[in-house]
Amino acid sequence: MVQSIEDKRVETDICIIGAGPVGLFAVFEAGLLKMRCHLIDALPQVGGQLSEIYPKKPIYDIPGYPDILAQDLVDKLEQQIAPFEPTATLGERVEELERLEDDSFRLQTNEGTKVFSKVVVIAGGLGCFEPRKPPITNLENYEGKGIDYIVKNPEKFRGKKLVLAGGGDSALDWTLYLSELAEEVTLVHRGSSFRGAPDSAEKVMSLADQHKINLQLNANVTAIQGNGKLNACVITDKEKTSITVDTDYFIPLFGLSPKLGPIANWNLNLDRNAIVVNTEDYSTNVPGIYAIGDINTYPGKLKLILCGFHEAALMSHSAYRVVSGGKKPSFKYTTVNGAPTM
Amino acid sequence: MITLFVEEESGERSPIEVPTDMQLSLMEVLKASEYPVLATCGGMAICATCHVEVVEGDEHYKEATDPELDMLDTLPEVTDASRLACQMRLADDMDGMVVRILASEEEY
Repeated sequence: MVQSIEDKRVETDICIIGAGPVGLFAVFEAGLLKMRCHLIDALPQVGGQLSEIYPKKPIYDIPGYPDILAQDLVDKLEQQIAPFEPTATLGERVEELERLEDDSFRLQTNEGTKVFSKVVVIAGGLGCFEPRKPPITNLENYEGKGIDYIVKNPEKFRGKKLVLAGGGDSALDWTLYLSELAEEVTLVHRGSSFRGAPDSAEKVMSLADQHKINLQLNANVTAIQGNGKLNACVITDKEKTSITVDTDYFIPLFGLSPKLGPIANWNLNLDRNAIVVNTEDYSTNVPGIYAIGDINTYPGKLKLILCGFHEAALMSHSAYRVVSGGKKPSFKYTTVNGAPTM
Repeated sequence: MITLFVEEESGERSPIEVPTDMQLSLMEVLKASEYPVLATCGGMAICATCHVEVVEGDEHYKEATDPELDMLDTLPEVTDASRLACQMRLADDMDGMVVRILASEEEY
């Protein structure tokens, strides 16, 4: 299994941004050419969308598998690359990319991990998953000053007044969890009922009946108030009646949506949120940086996992020249060399 | 062939002529007509980048199906006639339907 390592400084041949199926398979193709890889992913586990969004959905167009569950494909890819012992930094997002004097790269994550590599491969799929934000004026001004989009450390909310918004599973689950430790919890949901796990929905309804939480259905948070720090939310219902609720924190939980993120600032040629590549080797306009899988675009592009696998193979042969200082890779079938090893 | 209309913010409506015998979804048609619909998930009802509102049309088209509701429930801004265009297979009785695109490329 690909495990995240604690090292804050990593040196490698290829740094792969994105540990979805295509990023994982790139480790295999690079490994065949004896190149070491380090994976970085903003999500805490490998597998990208397959593990995060649709682990239980069958995929029907992976060659050799009439059907395979998304998570099973990820598990098999992990097994396939295990001989090449890739390292990984998971749950961190690449923020900065800098080119060093010897043409190699230094990448830095939001948690301060530094990765030094000769080649960078962007296999970022849809991009980073970032929290969806509700359309409220001033929202940005209070981020980190009373507004949290993700509950990282629940202890922070002990004894506090909270307003949560959302109707999905995470809104239900956090309402249940935080109602145990917060002084006061208000849950605001636009609909009249919950479609999340019936068990959680029932528990939330019963907490509201017992007045242990304040449940506002058919309503939205329409404004926030504060003075440098958030101190109240305005909640408006369908009849346009508004109430103001004093609060220490507002936690909107509207799921995650994919965004390109800091990659957009790396001087790469982009076309409609995708990175333009040369189909000879899937290189970008910046030498040493490649883009493979759903995140790239070229004439005829199909966003298919199997196309990403092909792109990973061609990328590796081109990247070898960069990593080896100009040497040409020797092409060998895996049937000739036997079981792959580093 | 049927004609659908896309309503802009100004209220202006642009027609799109589409065939109904090709098993196309409304998302595919909007994307092909270069409307700002990213369709990142490719039609699995899991990204909401094809979120539309049915402004005019048969009432049953204003009702989202279960997989859509699962997704729509997690969005901050939804109307009573919100749909995910990827889940709307084009049909003859959609002739004259008016939709507004609620997903925007900047947002996603």
